Amino acid sequence: MGEFINTFIKAAFIENLLLAYFLGMCSFLAVSKSVKTAIGLGFAVIFVLGITMPINWLINEYLLSEAGVFGMDLTFLRFILFIAVIASMVQLVEMVVEKFSPSLYAALGIFLPLITVNCAILGGSLFMVSREYTLGNAVAFGLGGGVGWFLAIVALAAIREKIRYSNVPAPLRGLGMAFLLTGLMGLAFMSLMGIDPAIFLD
Amino acid sequence: MAETATEKKVREPLFGPKERKLLTDPLNDNNPITVQVLGVCSALAVTSLVYPSIVMAISVVFVITFANLFTSLLRNLIPNEVRMIVQLVIIAFLVTMVELTLQYLNYPVYKQLSVYIGLIITNCIVMGRLEAFAMGSKPWKSILDGLGNGIGYGIILVVVAFFRELFGKGSLFAGSPIELKIIGNTSDYMINTTESVLFGWYTNNNLMVLPVAAMFIIGVYIWIQRTRNKKLVDIS
Repeated sequence: MGEFINTFIKAAFIENLLLAYFLGMCSFLAVSKSVKTAIGLGFAVIFVLGITMPINWLINEYLLSEAGVFGMDLTFLRFILFIAVIASMVQLVEMVVEKFSPSLYAALGIFLPLITVNCAILGGSLFMVSREYTLGNAVAFGLGGGVGWFLAIVALAAIREKIRYSNVPAPLRGLGMAFLLTGLMGLAFMSLMGIDPAIFLD
Repeated sequence: MAETATEKKVREPLFGPKERKLLTDPLNDNNPITVQVLGVCSALAVTSLVYPSIVMAISVVFVITFANLFTSLLRNLIPNEVRMIVQLVIIAFLVTMVELTLQYLNYPVYKQLSVYIGLIITNCIVMGRLEAFAMGSKPWKSILDGLGNGIGYGIILVVVAFFRELFGKGSLFAGSPIELKIIGNTSDYMINTTESVLFGWYTNNNLMVLPVAAMFIIGVYIWIQRTRNKKLVDIS
């Protein structure tokens, strides 16, 4: 159990997908204009990361690897299969949410389909492969990465809402300021690197 | 009679002003990174050294140009409901080719770029150009649009990498055959001399090695670009 908490904390704070690896930046900069939409997108990302990670783990382990069903090394098909899983999962999540909770569906709106091309999702799956996680660790990494992404986008949206009342030089307004702020937030998140996740192991 | 004859003769020029605009617009006025905010994701993490950035830029130019071409050729055959998956399969096929080629040609750089080559698949520039341009344009124009956007993306990548490598490591093109040591003391460098090249007092700025430096450099780049180009102000 401690191992999973360790992976979760590491993925959420120390190796934050957004602020340490700069994944999922496009939607991060585009959707962070208000806190409300940022929260909606954040939850959707947590959900999709948490679901696709174990599925892609199973695919990688039992279909693509040499020990899998086909008995040969099919890892060159990894990108195509992973992205197909992500696209179909997003589609599935969209249909389920629409059926069982129309209010949540209306709140998320366009952001659900946009998650397909969010680099954080595919990046998470590729990191999972290159770090050779176990199934439990993959789930913890997916959820932790999603929570970290959620925290980062809500924090930036809150800052951008406040900064609307400041006198920023005109050419720097909007996008330029968002870049500088993200840089500063990245620096701040780096202070968390001093945490040793092993304290959660006992 | 005469009218139909002239109509037949008026063909679109192969490289007229419209085509030139397709190619040059993404370099400044409609830059994929600083104006369209597409493809920032994989752009930032690879730019700590110039050489891998150039490799990355070439890969993206290749993928986006051919993805635009193939999508444009197939645009009348793709049903609207499954177009996302068809586009993704085209992109994933091209990216897999790039990955295998790079793995064969230059393994150290391949290792350095790690997952970011794979992430070209979800690079929003490629998807964005396919959706916005190639789905409704002829193949030749799509190729030009792909080239322009790929090069516009590559320019930002190389500019950011230039400053990050110069101030962070004091070198340029490290890892490539034409490796240069520009500023700072060479004693901490792989060449075994203690003489300084230029500005021997300069100590490497470790901030520039971190990915956050890329955010600052792009922020300043946007600032300068929008100061010079007033019509971009407040688009965001």
